[in-house]
Amino acid sequence: MNGTRTGEVVLSVQDVSLSFGGVRALQGVSFDVRSHEVRAIIGPNGAGKSSLLNVLNGVYHPQEGKIRFRDKEFADMDPHVAASMGIARTFQNIALFKGMTVLDNIMTGRNLKMGCNFLQQALWLGPARREELAHRRAVEEIIDFLEIQHIRRTPVGRLPYGLQKRVELGRALAAEPQLLLLDEPMAGMNLEEKQDMCRFVLDVNDHYGTTLVLIEHDMGVVMDISDRVLVLDYGRKIADGIPDEIKNDKSVIDAYLGVAH
Amino acid sequence: MGIDVGTLDTFPKLLMHHARLRGGKPAIREKDLGIWQTWTWSRFADEVRALACGLAEQGVHRGDHVALVGDNRPRIYAAMCAAQCLGAIPVPLYQDAVAEEMAFPIQNAQITHALAEDQEQVDKLLEILPRCPTLKHIYYDDPRGLRNYTQAEVASYEELIQTKVDSAFIDAEIARGRGSDSAAMLFTSGTTAAAKGVVLTHHALIDRARVAAEMEHLDDDDVVLAYLPPAWIGQYIFSYAQPFVTGYCICCPESAETVMTDMREVGPTYYFAPPRVLEALLTQVSIRMEDAAALKRWLYRRFMAIAGRVGGALLDGKPVSMVDRFLYFLGNVFVYGPLRNVLGMSRVRVAYTAGEAIGPDLFKFYRSLGINLKQLYGSTETSVFVCIQPDGAVKPDTVGPAVPGVELKFTPERELLIRSPGLFKEYYKNPQATAEAKDAEGWFHTGDAGYFDQDGHLKIIDRVKDVGKLADGTLFAPKYLENKLKFFPYIREAVCFGHGRDRVCAFINFDIDAVANWAEKRNMPYAGYTDLASRDEVYDLVRGCIERVNADLAADPELAHSQITRFLILHKELDADDGELTRTRKVRRRHIAERYEPLVRALYDGSRTVHVEAQVKYEDGRSGTFSAELKIGDAKTFAPAAAQRAA
Repeated sequence: MNGTRTGEVVLSVQDVSLSFGGVRALQGVSFDVRSHEVRAIIGPNGAGKSSLLNVLNGVYHPQEGKIRFRDKEFADMDPHVAASMGIARTFQNIALFKGMTVLDNIMTGRNLKMGCNFLQQALWLGPARREELAHRRAVEEIIDFLEIQHIRRTPVGRLPYGLQKRVELGRALAAEPQLLLLDEPMAGMNLEEKQDMCRFVLDVNDHYGTTLVLIEHDMGVVMDISDRVLVLDYGRKIADGIPDEIKNDKSVIDAYLGVAH
Repeated sequence: MGIDVGTLDTFPKLLMHHARLRGGKPAIREKDLGIWQTWTWSRFADEVRALACGLAEQGVHRGDHVALVGDNRPRIYAAMCAAQCLGAIPVPLYQDAVAEEMAFPIQNAQITHALAEDQEQVDKLLEILPRCPTLKHIYYDDPRGLRNYTQAEVASYEELIQTKVDSAFIDAEIARGRGSDSAAMLFTSGTTAAAKGVVLTHHALIDRARVAAEMEHLDDDDVVLAYLPPAWIGQYIFSYAQPFVTGYCICCPESAETVMTDMREVGPTYYFAPPRVLEALLTQVSIRMEDAAALKRWLYRRFMAIAGRVGGALLDGKPVSMVDRFLYFLGNVFVYGPLRNVLGMSRVRVAYTAGEAIGPDLFKFYRSLGINLKQLYGSTETSVFVCIQPDGAVKPDTVGPAVPGVELKFTPERELLIRSPGLFKEYYKNPQATAEAKDAEGWFHTGDAGYFDQDGHLKIIDRVKDVGKLADGTLFAPKYLENKLKFFPYIREAVCFGHGRDRVCAFINFDIDAVANWAEKRNMPYAGYTDLASRDEVYDLVRGCIERVNADLAADPELAHSQITRFLILHKELDADDGELTRTRKVRRRHIAERYEPLVRALYDGSRTVHVEAQVKYEDGRSGTFSAELKIGDAKTFAPAAAQRAA
């Protein structure tokens, strides 16, 4: 919304192509993400949005192209490297541990930050205890931030969908990411839940200074909260720009509404 | 408690006294990031002194008003006391009020400084800022989301307490305070008219807080959960005035949603809950019991029956047989103890309820569990405590005798008048309303109608303006009767008629959920409300409720003539959209009487049925007509208690 807030480019993707056998999910897609930006990726079903996100955090390995993140260049990402470099994500279909409490689920997000080995943790030795206390504090701050104190001890499986999404965001935040990938954070939510989620997404961006890349289908949400929008269709980039430009872009309108032949 | 009343006549003086006497004991606890953090009395005093210096530097003077907008947080209470240190008057506002509702108090009290809990409250204040030219400073406690606010008025609480503490100045300011100074201004909710700012002095609040604390033997080991809005007089008394008098500790819950959990963790010993909260808790318990295993349900049913029979008597110290005592002991082990624990009431010594009429079954439920729930009567204007039920003399339908220091009397119209050291000073900038409420001799006109029962307990029956007389001159209190009917889960609304007539008749709306459930259990097919309303079985069900009310009324000589003789079940539910209820679901008796005039006539002329034709408004805005034949039911009445005794 305000271009002055965002900084230099932190992530750039150049000519990335990805295919599964004969299916070409991504064809020569290039785009960049600036620091502190809210970057939206939109497109009709099957446009390659989730594939692109999966490329960014190393789940899929593109056949062509380069990814540059924080001055390091990769032919493809590896999920572990991505996580340790500060890329976290949430999933389109919630991927939480259903039987565990909210607190424990968010605690798993701290996993990479824990230094103690298995033995120290099992025996609950001094360093392990001190470490857990520090992590617990970080988790409590996230719980406070997302206003989910009342469900701290509730198993995730018993929560309504909207809250589960919020917990998943919490777990991603627990990794203190620099770049957060959100795959349809508002899918299946009612209006109120969507408004809440928008507020949290903007708060994360503002409070933690996290750079956000999000896939979203709700155009109202996308146009309201994102700084720049990338539009994909059939694996190709068809538009890229600020929301106002995208709204009036002919190829975007055609992609969504279809063209008369 | 050994507090010298003469010198400790203001809240800041009391705070400094506690800091000296019990500096290491907890004053306020707050659950923050999942852990209970404690402010001791000396920490509390330090915070208040720092804050008072900050406020003084920001231009708060003696007699100024300082608004406080937020939930229960230690800093809200610190700000309350800091303002009082400087001789300024704290004005707590309801944190859930919309911005619009905050404009009047701020304009009325010409508030210059406001403390807001978080971004939400700051935004509301900024919204009304253009209309509140006096408001120059807004301080926030929680900085989240406020980093980019550039308005000159907005500053953080943190900055405020960075000011260097000038001890001599603060001590001198505190010493200048007098008991007769204004200590707080609380705005009445104003459902009927514009809100009024009720000004209360240190003396009034401290006196009432102390008298009630002595009566209940409260001391510095007691614990209270501060979970109701700080702008409400009850919260002010229980979470500010009484801890300042006795030195007990208040605990601020983490958020509104965690109150149940926090209550269980804290285990308060002194507790207040309005009837609606108690009812919500009971509903939760009932629902969970219905889902429990058969053995547990059986245990619950059996032992609750025993508790219902003897629990109240045991609590009142009345004689109970050895067998019953033993059964109650068993019940305590298996049911009552665990249940109290789940409710967070294991340690409750004194619990109050007030604010509206409480159903006898609801009231008895808590007492039968061994929770010392009592009723009290009071209002903002009286610093709460007017009547309290004393231990051992608790009745479900009175509010107890006057507490020491309070004088009560009635006007010929039965309006309750109160004279008490706790009375308010005035309605702020509203001498006309003050004169109407408080007469030259210092009697406060409550607007409530009532009388004393045989034991001298006050019984509030209705608002004076609603009370009428039957043709024979005896008292007719429609709302009292309607409340009694509505305490039955089957009855949703009732409208009683009788003013100027020879007997009382009633319209009934049953509760569709409860009655539908009841019908299903009897395998009674039905089409909807209107269908059920015409069934003889439903008439019998309602008749049973009415006759129980009549039996109750017969025992009360004042109301024995108000027994309900005839009734009908309305063919539709009363609805605010049709103007039959107010938006807060109060029945508009006069409007209903006009609208259903033929039905009222039929109740009194002895007809067995009445034809009804009515215009109905559907939710989509269309309207249609409806016609039906309504039955009229008779209810058995009982001979008054006095007559029974004579017979």
